[in-house]
Amino acid sequence: MNEFTILAPCGMLGYGFPKASFLKGMEAGPDAIVVDAGSTDAGPHKLGAGTAIVSKQACKKDLELILTGGAAAKIPVIIGSAGGSGARVHVEWTRAIIMEILEEHNLRGLKLAIIWADIPPEMVESKLAEGKCEPLGSSVKPLTSERLKATNGIVAQMGHEPIIAALDAGADIILCGRAYDPSPFAAVAMRQGFDPALSYHLGKILECAALCADPGTTKDCMLGILREDSFLVKPLNEKRKCTAVSVAAHTFYEKDHPYLLHGPGFVLNLEHCTFQETGDGAVEVRGSRLEETPVYRIKLEGAMKVAYRTFGIAGVRDPLLIRQIEQVEELVKDQVREYYSEIPPDTYAIHFINYGLNGVMGNLEPHLAPSHELGVVYEVVAETQELASAVCSSVRSTFLHYGYEGRKSTAGNLAFPFAPSDVPFGAVYEFSVYHLMEVKDGRCLFPIDYEEVLP
Amino acid sequence: MKLYEAASVLRSKNSGPFEITLDALFTDPLLYHKIKDSGIISKPLISKLYRLPEDAITHIVFFDQALGFKITFARQISSGTFLDRDVYGAQQAAPLMELEVDV
Repeated sequence: MNEFTILAPCGMLGYGFPKASFLKGMEAGPDAIVVDAGSTDAGPHKLGAGTAIVSKQACKKDLELILTGGAAAKIPVIIGSAGGSGARVHVEWTRAIIMEILEEHNLRGLKLAIIWADIPPEMVESKLAEGKCEPLGSSVKPLTSERLKATNGIVAQMGHEPIIAALDAGADIILCGRAYDPSPFAAVAMRQGFDPALSYHLGKILECAALCADPGTTKDCMLGILREDSFLVKPLNEKRKCTAVSVAAHTFYEKDHPYLLHGPGFVLNLEHCTFQETGDGAVEVRGSRLEETPVYRIKLEGAMKVAYRTFGIAGVRDPLLIRQIEQVEELVKDQVREYYSEIPPDTYAIHFINYGLNGVMGNLEPHLAPSHELGVVYEVVAETQELASAVCSSVRSTFLHYGYEGRKSTAGNLAFPFAPSDVPFGAVYEFSVYHLMEVKDGRCLFPIDYEEVLP
Repeated sequence: MKLYEAASVLRSKNSGPFEITLDALFTDPLLYHKIKDSGIISKPLISKLYRLPEDAITHIVFFDQALGFKITFARQISSGTFLDRDVYGAQQAAPLMELEVDV
């Protein structure tokens, strides 16, 4: 095979894409359809709480086109990081949607592979003890056995190895648990013997679909064409074209380094890549290199519940209060703490965000001049929702009526846009596991189940 | 000229839940190389602009093919947990925008 063509419908399953772009992509006769469905971008809540990033309705709408298109063309469909976080619950959620579509469209005789990415906590604990599991980055907290116990399931980012195994077994639809975003794209090309470095670099670009085009978006389709010593990326919508800079710049995107990309078991080095416009809106890329690491490390992700939150939003317009807002907030905190003297002070925390002062950047804000009006978010986190709501209610009423120095507007200090004003928000999570773990190889942690659907 | 005017893209984004990455991309190669060669983009500068200790800044790298540079630093609070203010890290580029560059 001289060329291998991958259709990437959108940057995130459920984000949607124009049907016309997809059909144009199908007309090009792709060898596979691959779509990424995962991200840690939305924070630890999805993994911790077991919920999805997109609605079922949106996921189904995208999958309906993808699965019927793939079945009609008899090409494999691969879904990476099912349900956003790729844990068992997310994979099962996506599987149920797939089954619904296959039944509704009477698509028969397809083989579905499910690749699980859940990692037993005992394995992580013993690897930690052996010194074979390290935090990824200086601000990741040490993983103690208490934190590990509190962690609500751990997933690992799979590489191409288990996906190639599923393709070898003849799967038509491959539903992956948590995967390194480019891996499902790389796997399908590598299985046909294409260069791993080019395959992974193409995967890095296609996982965001048309984001590397100009204008860029994750909500449109993109075609990737692998050749022996290069690959092409090509938009499928007349409104977009790729430029050498738009594609090179995408190599930058949401990575810690512009041209060194760490994946499972390897480092992709793109320092000496060339990006060449072909004149028809596509760009040809050459020179990607991949170096296998001496030890195979795999990235783990896990989230734990840290508290429950209740919050409210209010506006402040009195210039006298705005001038001393942070001092008044400290006084409000003190008064609430004094009022709840029977509650241990370390079981809850009160926190204010002052939009219009330093709401977005907090301590990093270099420009500390308040606006003429401030949006104040008052937030209480506590060990239980009940306690968070009780303290939050007290923060709100204390703040509303606090008699600050020189006050003339004695009827109330806060403008509430909503009634009721306080919102019990549920659990707050944090990434407790964000570690690199040494493993024997890229295949051993990811069991595969196969099912024949509607024979 | 302010960096905001010089760059065609000036953005911030999560690079995983524990890091923020700042990207500046240019369309004019001359402008890009002038800024690169001036040496103004440095750890002491970013440390001052972002009120960060220098050792929290993990990368400052230029990538000529993309006509751009990238700065990455550790988050004080990881994404989406209590006390975080910017889950996607997408609104942290502002201090860099105001930077005066001599081009």
